[in-house]
Amino acid sequence: MALKGLDIFKLTPKTNCKECGNPTCMAFAMKVAQGAIPIEKCPHMSEEALAALSDATAPPMKSLKVGTGAAEHTLGGETVLHRHEKTFVSENLFAVSAAADTFDEEFAEIEKIDYERIGERMYVEAINLEYTDKDSYVQLVEKAVGKGRLLILDVKDAEAAEAALEICASEKPVLNGATPENYERFTEIAKKFGVALGISAPDIDALHDTAEAVEKLGYKELVLDVTAASVKDTFANAVQVRRSALKDGDRTFGYPSIVDLKKLAAGDPHKQTALAALFVLKYGSIIIMENMSYAQALPLYGLRQNIFTDPQKPMKVAPGIYPLNGADENSICATTVDFALTYFVVSGEMERSGVPVNLLISDAGGYSVLTAWAAGKFSAGSIAKFIKDYEIEDKIKNRTLIIPGKAAVLKGELEERLPEWSVVVAPNEATNLVKFLKEL
Amino acid sequence: MAFTRKPQTFSSSINEVTIGTGEKAVTIGGANIMPLYTFDAPAKNKVAVGAEITDTGVDRTLPGIAAYYDGAETIAEIAKRASEMPGADFVALALNGADPNGDNRSVEECVEVAKQVAEAIDVPLVITGARNVEKDTELFSKLAEALQGRNVLFVSAREENYKTVAASAVMAYGNKISAESAVDINLAKQLNVLLSQMGIRPESYVMNVGSAAAGYGYDYVASTLDRVKDAALTQNDVMLQMPIITPVSQETWAVKESIVSEEDYPEWGDRETRGVDMEVCTAAAVIAGGSDAVILRHPQSVATISGMIADLM
Repeated sequence: MALKGLDIFKLTPKTNCKECGNPTCMAFAMKVAQGAIPIEKCPHMSEEALAALSDATAPPMKSLKVGTGAAEHTLGGETVLHRHEKTFVSENLFAVSAAADTFDEEFAEIEKIDYERIGERMYVEAINLEYTDKDSYVQLVEKAVGKGRLLILDVKDAEAAEAALEICASEKPVLNGATPENYERFTEIAKKFGVALGISAPDIDALHDTAEAVEKLGYKELVLDVTAASVKDTFANAVQVRRSALKDGDRTFGYPSIVDLKKLAAGDPHKQTALAALFVLKYGSIIIMENMSYAQALPLYGLRQNIFTDPQKPMKVAPGIYPLNGADENSICATTVDFALTYFVVSGEMERSGVPVNLLISDAGGYSVLTAWAAGKFSAGSIAKFIKDYEIEDKIKNRTLIIPGKAAVLKGELEERLPEWSVVVAPNEATNLVKFLKEL
Repeated sequence: MAFTRKPQTFSSSINEVTIGTGEKAVTIGGANIMPLYTFDAPAKNKVAVGAEITDTGVDRTLPGIAAYYDGAETIAEIAKRASEMPGADFVALALNGADPNGDNRSVEECVEVAKQVAEAIDVPLVITGARNVEKDTELFSKLAEALQGRNVLFVSAREENYKTVAASAVMAYGNKISAESAVDINLAKQLNVLLSQMGIRPESYVMNVGSAAAGYGYDYVASTLDRVKDAALTQNDVMLQMPIITPVSQETWAVKESIVSEEDYPEWGDRETRGVDMEVCTAAAVIAGGSDAVILRHPQSVATISGMIADLM
């Protein structure tokens, strides 16, 4: 909850000692209220005042680090319910559920999903380890450590949980095992091993009570498993937990969430895809799937990438030569801007045409064609420079260059700058590219 | 402290629009809650799902679609089969063949096709045009006349042709239209204002605020939907309270993931499975964002999404 400057001022020593670098205590308090400087800058704050303030100025949703090394991820830390209000900050993770007797086959499938999309590695970031009995659980954990994935221990048996953590605690897994019945014991275990604790409960009231009880035991590295018996209740939990934390200031629900789709739609991959999309938009932090096929990954990771981009920063593709339809040095060239949406639409239509094209993408600031042109980031000069810098004339023998219809005005100057090239103007709309390329 | 429920209900609500006639007429909209938030208050109507068919025939290269429409040859048989699709609330006829850059079928031919479809089904009919402004203007005017009394929904009227389309489809022949804008809340509102200034009543039109397949700039779609629902409900903006219809299939079956063959991309696996996942992923996203009706192509997608809606509402 945001504190007003005046509330903070009341807690300062009011001596105007200037040791914090501000002329007065009031000026200091105002800056703290805006979040411009941390409260600790004042060396004279009493312990009680600091405690009261850090509580009051803490973000509404905890930002939690889980996993280690390449498998380290940040969950939560969101401040808004809709991305247009500011931005979402922590992408949800996708996990696949695995059991002891089938782990090797399941992990082989998990490893197959690994590709790059607009500069981001797309893969199954986490593995949910299902419990059957203590001995086989230990075996399962032993197989799963060192695989470079965040581990989620789906275990409510305290002894098995401890045995598992003896093996994998250094990888900072999520111990998803606390319930209204066992939370005291599980809080101790989570504290002992220093791992995040997942809490589940039969309903949202019990979930709140249990989370509150764990907080009272002094542990706040928490994740809330909102999975219920039905899709409807799970969705209700996910939304109400996030909404009460961000909109209504309920700190006890200010933690990342887990949604287990295997428990809701086992054996129905299409339904899991639909539900996963729902929870990407509405507040799942870790989404557990039964499997992850390419058919599911392609739309889901694309959706996630879209939703978690900062609305103020356009998505860009890396500059370079993109050979389409098996294009080689004799194939024609085409150029457009590096705005990801433009790239996808244009390259998609070009691929549909079946005509081999070398698509040349230069750095245009991530803007669309007209915007980039107006901002001087997509000009005859920038295209010519790209062709020189990337040694296109050495790499490609063909000397036909297609430019976007909306940048037709560049044709004359481009021909002056690139005298060996024949510059062709494409249609205004990408949808007409197929016909255009086929008739070229 | 125990958890305190703070249900978010609004004094304003989304307009209700009914398409079709008789027992199987479908009403969409009416909610005074955020999309799917039925834990706050009951939703008045459920999200409707349409089964898409086209005048150019069934895509029998996809085994699941071919099997579903097996034995249905004429457009009337295809339409009837679509109307019986489990989970489908309406049939959406896409007049792709009318596209001047494609088959360029005449308006008369299209009218004939639409009449046959309308005769063959007892569920509401939605007609999407050639997505060419001039052609659609003429097409919708003639179709509206031919289908008078059936309460058909035409998708879509755009900024360039809304006057003619609204005048003929709604004012002259009492059908419904959708106002289409390109993923921009201001454009959406502007077109709604223009239609209302013509005297088109709120119960006579819905809107299509634009769509994109998941991964293809869907961020803009998500934020447009969020902002439209926010304005409609929290700010009581009556010019954004129209229910939303989203033709999902047209976007999702046109992207690479749904098109390229398994031979070219062996690691991606079966093309039909990919197409269905792209379709259900995008549909679930637009429904979560507040779409009141979606148009889908694959019977599996229709079953999956209508199942999800039933679970949630």
